[in-house]
Order: sequence, then structure tokens, then C-alpha cells
Amino acid sequence: MKANNIFVRIIKDRVFKGAAVVFSVLSILPLLFILLYIVKNGIAVINWQFLTELPKPVGEIGGGIANALVGTGILILIACLFSIPLGVAAGIYLSEHRTGKLAYAVRLSAEVLHGIPSIVIGIIAYIWLVVPMGMFSALSGGIALGIMMLPVIVRTTEETLKLVPGTLKEAALALGVPYYKTILKVILPAGLSGVLTGILLSIARIAGETAPLLFTAFGSPFMDVNILKPVNSMPLLIFNYATSPYPEWHALAWGASFVLVVFVLTLNILAKVISRK
Amino acid sequence: MKSQVVRVESFSASFGEHRILKNINLSIPKDKVTAIMGPSGCGKTTLIRCMNRMHELIPDAQVTGKMFLYDEDIYSMNPILVRRKVGMVFQRPNPFPTMSIYDNVIAGYKLNGIKLPKTEQDSIVEDALRKSALWDEVKDALHRKGTFLSGGQQQRLCIARTLAMKPEVLLLDEPTSALDPKATSHIEELIVELKKSVTIILVTHNIAQAARVSDFTAFLYLGELVEFGPSKKLFTVPEDKRTEEYLTGKFG
Repeated sequence: MKANNIFVRIIKDRVFKGAAVVFSVLSILPLLFILLYIVKNGIAVINWQFLTELPKPVGEIGGGIANALVGTGILILIACLFSIPLGVAAGIYLSEHRTGKLAYAVRLSAEVLHGIPSIVIGIIAYIWLVVPMGMFSALSGGIALGIMMLPVIVRTTEETLKLVPGTLKEAALALGVPYYKTILKVILPAGLSGVLTGILLSIARIAGETAPLLFTAFGSPFMDVNILKPVNSMPLLIFNYATSPYPEWHALAWGASFVLVVFVLTLNILAKVISRK
Repeated sequence: MKSQVVRVESFSASFGEHRILKNINLSIPKDKVTAIMGPSGCGKTTLIRCMNRMHELIPDAQVTGKMFLYDEDIYSMNPILVRRKVGMVFQRPNPFPTMSIYDNVIAGYKLNGIKLPKTEQDSIVEDALRKSALWDEVKDALHRKGTFLSGGQQQRLCIARTLAMKPEVLLLDEPTSALDPKATSHIEELIVELKKSVTIILVTHNIAQAARVSDFTAFLYLGELVEFGPSKKLFTVPEDKRTEEYLTGKFG
């Protein structure tokens, strides 16, 4: 082979490797810019008052996001109460029954549910819950978010429990432990970190959802812990303030965005730490 | 007390179309070590799994014939009770990874929801660990995770966990196949020691191991019980030609 030819090849190799590095760096940039921008605009607004006070009417100075923080907390709690038992149980069923018609149907519907646009889930919750109950409520919003969490929890639970060695199940059964206790006290604890990771990631997924809440939790300027009343939430507050014509409200929206991003980032990091154990 | 613990009568087992065991008749003597040996795939593991009904985990498993634990029909008992009386140790050590050494030993009680006073638990754990010759090595580390132990220690921990339930019969399914020679000899010494208090059925594909530790030996070939008798006799003057060929390494 000619020396010249080899030289060209080496150049091509270097260009290819260089391009891979450049594009990898480029793919980090969007996140970096978003974070920088949010920190720059949001951090100035954050203080104790911002976190603990209710929103004030237009024209008054100050005001906080306390009701949105509490509202998001309530919504996440309802979503978890609805989706964790259902999702973990379905995940256990799938890992125990790898084949079969029901397992196929559950697996398929989890996949399809994962792909349904969040606005559609909001509309469904509106038709099923808001219309019959006659009012917007935290309950309907929480359930809409819970439906969005469900497929993530089902799949992560299934995948984690499949990795638990079958010999552990045999060990427990051979000690005369009933099947349900084998699952609950041996298999599930062995895969606990994976299941928890899935739950945290699914919370991170829904914490910033706005669309399913538009016709369910609706939003509210008051502090309300009654789950049958409308509540405010972080993404709704950001949406309402950011689309308003008042610059003071824009600043509050940046502050709220900052808080929300920090919350979601923390969940993601926590999930990483737990899954490493 | 009867001298026969487990009695197998014209017993056959199959998985789907596949017949694994063909018309087995066998009586396991009390407080002795009975080895079940034979080449891979001859059905030895299936035979002992049928004794504590662990084969039922496989969906299309079917059995015909009878098995008795003393005078009770194993197949009309509740499988959970069968498994408490007929303990099992597996090929690969499988301590519960989320539990400490102590909790692993007492796991059979805890997981079954049997509440015992702390002092009684302590004595069960110590007794089981002493019987499995692990006590001296772990007595200062009872609250460490069982998975920190070496392979051989883990296997003895699994034996302790099974002994803690005070079973009538201890089934050992090739308990040394995943262990090094030193750990293997440890387990073999343990087996000889244990037969004073519990009936042991040992599955092995290792002829030398069967000869070293067993009082009786059953030779299984292609799902049939070819020969069963005192190990001394079976290893020196086998009756069946197939046993002799297996022992001399002509197949297997």
C-alpha cells in the first residue's frame, strides 16, 4: 500500500474522532444554556418571602409561590398514591409471567400509554372526573398525572425484578415461605433500588407537566389543601405568569422555573445515586 | 421411629412431552447419607425436587406414582409444609442479599411470620451455625451482609438457613459444584457430621464424592433407577453392568 494512501486514512480517522467529540459537546450545550439562563433570571427572585407567600394581585409588589409549591406537592402525592400500587403490582405480574395473553396485553398497553400525548390524558381526566364531579379538582389533576407515571413504573419494576436471580425465589420457596411473602419480602426488597429509581424518574417526568392540569387542577390564586377543590401548581403558575403582560409576573415565572428545575434535577440525581447502590 | 424416611413408589415425572423419571422405587433410610449419582440429564435433580415439590415451579411438570414422608403422602400435603420438613440446598450458594448473616439463618421463621422471643431466635441461629461449622468464623460478624462471605462460607450459611427450620430431610443438590476443592472438603466433612441429626440426600455427578460421604447410593441413568444399595457394595461389586461401566468411566 502506498504511503500517501495511509496518510489519507489517518487524516480521515482523526476527522471522524474529532467530529464525534465536537457533536458530543454540542449535545450538552442546550442543557447548559437552559440552566444558565434560568439561574441568571430566576435566582434574583428567590428569597424566603417568595417561597412562603401567596401571589399578590397585579400592581402590588412582592408575592410568592407558596400555593403552587403546596399544590404541586398535593398533586404528586395523589399521583403516587394512585400509580405506585398499581404500577408496582403490574410490574410484579409481568416479571412473574413473562409470556401469556394478559402479560402481552399489559405490556402493550403500558407502551401505548407511554406514547399518548399528555394533553389527551388531561382531556380524558376532564371527561371522566371533572365533568361528573362538576368541578375542577386536585384529585382529577393528580389522577391525570398518575396515569402518566404508570407506564414508567410498570416497565422499570418489571425490568428490575427480572434481574433478581431466580435462585433467590427458589431459596425462599424451599424454606416453605408462601408465594406472596416470597415476592413481597425477598424479591421486591432485592430489587428495591431499581423500583425506587423508576418511581423517582416518573415523578421527575410529571412534576413539570402542564397540559394534563389545564382542565383538571385548573389553577388557583389561593392556598387550598382540599383535594376536591382546584389547586395551583408550579407549571400552571409559570404558564399563567409567563403569558401575562406584566414584567413583575415574568420575574416570578422565572423564579418558579428555577425552583421547578432544581426539584427535577434533584430527583434525577437522587435516582442515579440510588440506582448505583 | 421408622427407619425409612422417604419412600418413593412407582414414581414418574415429565415436563411436557419429555419424560424425566421412569417408574422409580426407592426407600431413603433415616439418619444416613444417601447419594444419588448419575450422568448429567439423568433426572437426579428432578428426583429430589419432586421430594419437596419444587418441580411445581415449572408450569408443565407432571408426576404419577407416590411419595411418602414417613407415612404421609407428600402429594396430598400442603407444599409449604412439605418444604419446611424437607429442606433444600442448591447448586449455587443463594443467601438473601438484603439480609445479614443472622437474618439469613432465621429467615425461614421471619418470612413465615413465626414470632419467637429474641433469646430463642439467638439460640436457633447459634445452633444452626454451629451445626453447619460456620459459627467460629462468623460469630463476631452476625450483622454483616451474608453476601460478604466467601463462596464456601455462603454455601454453609445456606445449609444453616435450612437446618434452622429443623427439617426431617436435607436435600443437597450438587452443593459443591460451584466451590473450590478446599471448600468442597469442608462441606463433605460437614455432611458426614450432620447425618447424626438429619437424613441427607445428596445429588452429585462426582463419583468420588458419592463414595467418600455416602452410606447408600442410588445410580440413575436416563431416568431409570439402575441400582440402589449400600455404597460399599455398589462401588465394589455393582450388580448391574451399566453401574460398572459408569464407575469405570466408560460413559457419563
